[in-house]
Amino acid sequence: MSVLALEKLKRRFGDDILETHSKLGDDTVLVKPERIYEVAQFLKDDPELQFDMPIDNTGVDWWQVSEPRFEVIWHLYSTLKHMRIRIKVRIGEDNPTCASLTPLWPGMNWHERETWDMYGIRFSGHPNLKRVLMYEEFVGYPLRKDYPITKRQPLIEERLVRDVPTQRNPPADMLNRP
Amino acid sequence: MKDEDIIHNEVLVTRRADAESWLRQTIERMSQPGINWSRKFSLFNYPFVTACCGMEFMSVNGPRYDMAQYGAEFPRFSPRQADLIWIVGTITQKQAPILRRVWEQMAEPKWAIAFGVCASTGGFYDNYCTVQGADRIIPIDVYIPGCPPRPEQIIDGLRLLMDKIQTEHGRVMV
Repeated sequence: MSVLALEKLKRRFGDDILETHSKLGDDTVLVKPERIYEVAQFLKDDPELQFDMPIDNTGVDWWQVSEPRFEVIWHLYSTLKHMRIRIKVRIGEDNPTCASLTPLWPGMNWHERETWDMYGIRFSGHPNLKRVLMYEEFVGYPLRKDYPITKRQPLIEERLVRDVPTQRNPPADMLNRP
Repeated sequence: MKDEDIIHNEVLVTRRADAESWLRQTIERMSQPGINWSRKFSLFNYPFVTACCGMEFMSVNGPRYDMAQYGAEFPRFSPRQADLIWIVGTITQKQAPILRRVWEQMAEPKWAIAFGVCASTGGFYDNYCTVQGADRIIPIDVYIPGCPPRPEQIIDGLRLLMDKIQTEHGRVMV
């Protein structure tokens, strides 16, 4: 449906568009991280596209699978042209930073905060980048693949509870002490 | 014989202690069933509803399953006026301090029911953010399994708690 958008982007931005595909009808575009803001602005402002509705923002951690490690994904919808598009950027582990799209769509605010909360991806230009689901005392980013799967960070001391040891929760870990 | 002599008379003191303890036990034995009976039929709920089990709690509170027949239908949304806390749903690490605070605000005597697997054991949320059972935060009297439990199970759990209240022993404070 929005193959039109992919064609327009390729014509307008050329080599800054790394990859496009429309598998299963999902139009996807992979952009250079430093050009994401301009691409998004073009998608929003172009009179033939008018992607005016932010749908989602999320991240993917490709730890020990591929390089660069993180992928940040935005989903957009055009309520006037009835088109959807997915924009991706890939950013490295040492400085996971990319431009925030909240100045363009205020609805991206909490979505990007969630991505920061879960993956530790920093959005430059975001007005209020702090944790939205986890508490401020939480250390680390829980959806990163290198976050220990049984690690918990209780806010208050827990009562001693006897529990049945399982393979996944060895007895020493049962008491849940950090 | 002066008062001091009575107090220091070992035989008399022992007899008085015996008499007092007999009297206290008699009062407790006679009054405890009645006190427990009145307590178990007038439970005031504090629904600590955090997740989807709340729907089932509403259903069991409604007219079809009718928790009112056990005198436990009236929710008080202030912990100071409640004596039974229903922990209905997943308790996250972020929620845990709130739950403990609510529990500490409730006046004695007080009871707690863990409603559903998440409140009982954490359920299938064996992850970074979920407390593995509300009993790690506060003491629980009755655990009701199920995801969510059927209203019949909930009524059964409530009846178990009522039986437990009936067998409780208090002390006469004199």
